[in-house]
Amino acid sequence: MRSTEGPAVWVRLGTLAAAALIAITGCGSNATTGGSTAAPPPTYNIKPPTTIGPGEGALSLIDWPGYVDRTNWQTPSVASFEQQTGCKISVKDAQTSDEMVSLMKGGGGGQYDMVSASGDADLRLIYGGDVKPMNTDLIPDYKYFQTYFKAPGYNTISGIHYGISLQWGPNTLLYNTNKFPTAPTSWSVIYDPANTGLVTVPDNAIQIADAALYLSKSKPSLGITDPYELTQKQFDATVALLHQQRPLIKKYWASEGEEITLFQNKDVFVGAAWPYQTIQLKLAGGPFADTIPAAEGATGWGDTWMLATNAKHPNCAYLWTAWVSTPQVQAEQALSFGETPVNTKACAEMEKLSAGSCAQYHADAPGSYFDTIKFWKTPIATCADGSQNCIPYAKWLDAWTTITA
Amino acid sequence: MQSILWRVPWLRSAVLLVPPLAWFLLIYVTSLALLLITAFWTIDTFTTQIVQVWNLDNFRTILTEPAYRLIIGRTVGLAALVTVTDAVLAFPFAYFMARVASRRTQTILFAAVLLPLWASYLARVYSWILILNHSGILNWSLQSIGLPPANIGYTYTAMWIVFSYIWLPFMIIPTYAALERVPETLLEAAADLGAPRWRAVLDVVMPLALPGVIAGSIFTFSLTLGDYITPILVGGAGSIFIGNVIQTNVGIANNLPFAAALSTVPVAIMALYLLGAKRLGAFEAL
Repeated sequence: MRSTEGPAVWVRLGTLAAAALIAITGCGSNATTGGSTAAPPPTYNIKPPTTIGPGEGALSLIDWPGYVDRTNWQTPSVASFEQQTGCKISVKDAQTSDEMVSLMKGGGGGQYDMVSASGDADLRLIYGGDVKPMNTDLIPDYKYFQTYFKAPGYNTISGIHYGISLQWGPNTLLYNTNKFPTAPTSWSVIYDPANTGLVTVPDNAIQIADAALYLSKSKPSLGITDPYELTQKQFDATVALLHQQRPLIKKYWASEGEEITLFQNKDVFVGAAWPYQTIQLKLAGGPFADTIPAAEGATGWGDTWMLATNAKHPNCAYLWTAWVSTPQVQAEQALSFGETPVNTKACAEMEKLSAGSCAQYHADAPGSYFDTIKFWKTPIATCADGSQNCIPYAKWLDAWTTITA
Repeated sequence: MQSILWRVPWLRSAVLLVPPLAWFLLIYVTSLALLLITAFWTIDTFTTQIVQVWNLDNFRTILTEPAYRLIIGRTVGLAALVTVTDAVLAFPFAYFMARVASRRTQTILFAAVLLPLWASYLARVYSWILILNHSGILNWSLQSIGLPPANIGYTYTAMWIVFSYIWLPFMIIPTYAALERVPETLLEAAADLGAPRWRAVLDVVMPLALPGVIAGSIFTFSLTLGDYITPILVGGAGSIFIGNVIQTNVGIANNLPFAAALSTVPVAIMALYLLGAKRLGAFEAL
């Protein structure tokens, strides 16, 4: 009896499964492709506190490696902050902006209090509801910030601040001076077949913007004005350029240390970098220099301490943000990482630590200077003119996978 | 309590089996099932939040996007190449260890095979970077004897060498175990029947040792297939593996559904591989 029933049951089950599979295939995906910024961010109506209460005894941060520096910062040190406030800091280093977003989402239940996110991550965190508005009145040094960084578009929406600007810097062209005795004046060197196998660029989808910036000058017919707002045609041209660049690349670098090793071992001679790598390479001694090519300018990053929506230690978070905004800490961080403070008062402190560094890092730059740097921001479907024709970040990620595969 | 267990024998085995079985079902099988379910979901590409809409988009992308086919092909291809390399290197070594070397030499060789496993995986990969990079030991040695530098740092060749080196012990040990089990009497019989030594090795030892080699190949193949650290460290441009794409989708792009969908690929490949290995009797050799 069982033996005759058995197969029948299985046949029926199989048919059901097949039917289900067809249903799934037919249904397809109607999930949102995202990028719409029509609705305000989910946390926009959360009122930030008006006073800072006593510290909660702990603070959990996601940072760029070296941002919460226990070893290099001398006066004042992170330890002295912990002593003063009683906020014991624990740090999680992130290697990329995408990783920061991922960590914030993974730790959304209050595992992390703050993140030192760069502009290309900010909008994703804001519209994802992962961060909440902050009260700039609680940061005494805020009034001394460079005007541009008081409310840059990447962290401030409709006048609501979703974080406090920290530091910024350009993405520089790093090169070996034995190979390039004079500083290259254009980013074309990293697209020139003459340098096949000698180039390195970051393994980061936002690198597409660097290629777009180069095309905005070398191919004006494409009409690229903002490297983060690309139409399909502009995007395709940029991706095609990066596919051409692929044979030139020795390796796409994933961490600062990796790029430093590549340059030191003469595996690469030119590439896109941060000032940090140049500082470390020069410290170790060697024929290295960096430049911002005059022909195109550069992309850059602006970092922001953002407060997690479910932060368990908001008071310590505000105490920390106020502390890192003070001129002394801003100067210490700027010089140890090779970036520029947003607090204009930090200039004098930088001069004390290293004469000439204020001008060298453009910490005293006039407002017009910031027009030459195209600061990272999350590419979204909404273009500047309000149309939905721009390529959103998810497509950038897909394209980057096909370029580097 | 003890007397109850004594009187009801099945209760004893039940008490013994329930904790590991519960662990296996709850932790292992459940997490795999969840992984499979997630693969049929998708994410909001802007906020990267998971959207629980049933669809096959992830699988369609994997099958239709040339980049993923390339990555899967590269991973499987290199895993196969490493497996063959290790089998070729391991067989004579294991043969010497099992059938030729004295007891004392055998112990020393065993230690030599296992010693690298004491050092961290990362330390061993990094040491290969120091050997293979442009101003590394290899090029330095080549230049000092007047040869042009071999620029194999950050290439497929580098990955092939490093993988073959790292997984070699996992091939040697099972091959050795299989070779040691071949009875000496069989070889004597072959000799009595007039077979020269090489003939006996080829026709008697090799077939009997094959299950051991297949067992070893399960290790070398699956370990290479699942690795993502060596491609990051010693691979160049265009050397990413399935594991790297999974890692970037989990840790960087936060696209868990796609990572889940892609991780079914190595699972399927290994399932096929193990089926083949079972037919060749690898599991009797373990």
